[in-house]
Amino acid sequence: MFANAIVLALREIRRNVLRSTLTILGIVIGVGAVITMVTIGEGATAQVQADIQKLGSNLLQVFRGQGFGGPGGARSSSPPFSMADVEAIKNEINGVRAVAPSANTSAQAIYGNANWSTMVTGTDDQYISVRDWPLATGRNFSDSELRAGAAVCIIGATVQRELFGQEDPIGVSMRLRNLSCQIVGTLSAKGQSGFGQDQDDLVLVPLRTLQRRMVGNADVNSIMVSAREGVSTEKVQADLERLMRERRKIRPGADDDFNVRDLKEISSAMTATTRVLTTLLAAVAAVSLLVGGVGIMNIMLVSVTERTREIGTRLAVGAMARDVLLQFLIEAVTLAAFGGIIGIALGLAAGAVATNAFNVPFVLNVGIVVLSFAFSAAVGIVFGYFPARRAAQLDPIEALRHE
Amino acid sequence: MPGSPTPVIDLSQVTKIYGHGEGEVRALRGIDLRIHSGEFVAVMGPSGSGKSTCMNILGCLDTPTGGTYKFLGVPVGTMNADQRALLRRNYLGFVFQGFNLLSRTTALENVELPLVYRHVPKEQRRAMARKALQEVGLGGRETHVPSELSGGQQQRVAIARAIVSQPQVLFADEPTGNLDTATSIDIMKLLTSLNEQRGITIAMVTHEPDIAAWTRRVVRFRDGHIESDQVNQPVREL
Repeated sequence: MFANAIVLALREIRRNVLRSTLTILGIVIGVGAVITMVTIGEGATAQVQADIQKLGSNLLQVFRGQGFGGPGGARSSSPPFSMADVEAIKNEINGVRAVAPSANTSAQAIYGNANWSTMVTGTDDQYISVRDWPLATGRNFSDSELRAGAAVCIIGATVQRELFGQEDPIGVSMRLRNLSCQIVGTLSAKGQSGFGQDQDDLVLVPLRTLQRRMVGNADVNSIMVSAREGVSTEKVQADLERLMRERRKIRPGADDDFNVRDLKEISSAMTATTRVLTTLLAAVAAVSLLVGGVGIMNIMLVSVTERTREIGTRLAVGAMARDVLLQFLIEAVTLAAFGGIIGIALGLAAGAVATNAFNVPFVLNVGIVVLSFAFSAAVGIVFGYFPARRAAQLDPIEALRHE
Repeated sequence: MPGSPTPVIDLSQVTKIYGHGEGEVRALRGIDLRIHSGEFVAVMGPSGSGKSTCMNILGCLDTPTGGTYKFLGVPVGTMNADQRALLRRNYLGFVFQGFNLLSRTTALENVELPLVYRHVPKEQRRAMARKALQEVGLGGRETHVPSELSGGQQQRVAIARAIVSQPQVLFADEPTGNLDTATSIDIMKLLTSLNEQRGITIAMVTHEPDIAAWTRRVVRFRDGHIESDQVNQPVREL
């Protein structure tokens, strides 16, 4: 009985290609929209995760003040850190792989006729280890250079490109403000951060060089701490907070005047945000899928009226009400499933084009493909049932007499 | 065969009333009618005489309000819609004035339709449909769709559809109503040969005396009664 109903339903669909096409259009668009949105969303999520990974694994940053600073923030009024804090973290906290201080200023870098405005970071030889950022050429700072505050620097890929082009910068001197410093190394290219910043646009100098010869103070603005592989960053973060409260003599109950940020936390927050957006987009697209279902119902209902005489003929030659019900139901489900398949194909194609255009990876989400196919078939059943029942309940005499 | 113990069709005191109270219409007011296997009966009468209502009841498309209808000795009045559908599927064939073929569907697929509902396997179904088309003189037109066929040819397809499942009784409702005289004669010849060669019992509604003249028995309806029931010497225009 089932096989027969499928035969009859397929004949019916083939018999009316235009009507069938119009019927499934809504489903095609609905499923296509859901698949496209989810594909773009998943791609964006994957991109965010990859970007965060680029910042360095297991990276914790200790900042002055609370929150993200800005006007009214406590950052400016909180005391800076010192190298003693850096040493204390190294010695007193377990599970730390590397610690690097950081103090920043912006400066004009000049070489020959070229000049480039960039960020200068004063740090030590641990910086590249903390950031998980290998050198491309040259060497790291030596102990004596760090101690003496020597005029040496390591440049990022963007600075190298802007000032030197294809020329080998190792051993060459360039000017940072009034300081002439020799380039000892170049960093490998890291690309944009998840926040859209060019991470390669920087110059590293020994911390002491920056403090004494560029900004004129002994401040450390932030401390970067990298946890050892397999160590819980939550624990390291808690230890850091306790140690810094102690060292900065913050009374119990008083607010911190510093801030330990775990990049993983930011990463998961951003991932969660993109996930929410993906869900939202998919939900909007799902509404159009529902509209598509209503479209199927409309056309099937019209089709019942249009085919009343045919239904009468079927009943006269011995079709039972349930044969007619099944035929109409299978027609609706088959149409919806067809629509689903076409929608999936179009959605994946559109997703591929869009992810390519937005420069995010193409992630195939098999779950959503299966889900939207199942959903479109379900739409066929739900919205096909009402017209099918109406067709099956027709009185054979009335149906035969229908003009 | 007239006089055989169980008639194919046996109506006794059958009434049909539409509507209720003031507006009720008594379409049939107590019909007694027996049709035996192998008969070719014409049912005549003006519109509103109850002949169509009677045919619908005979064809198990409708149920009587009162009286009993026995098909091959089995009472039909108490059957539900599905049981009546099975009866139609297995024992009855229908030919309509408007042919009632499925449009955009080949002649072969149209003829196959009753067999699909009978769950006949595909190959056998095809073979039976092809044979029925040959029987009505349409061999070679299997792949034509109704719009490519003349009215007479369409009615032949409909007749092939009606006989493909080897029915006990063929009901024809004004089978020549939409056809010209020459084509009508062809259709009547076909029905006569089916009745005589294959022994199919045929009950046919018509209002044309020329057409009724082809049959061997003419039943006339008037105002819900049977007015006359006469044996007829069928014409032979061969």
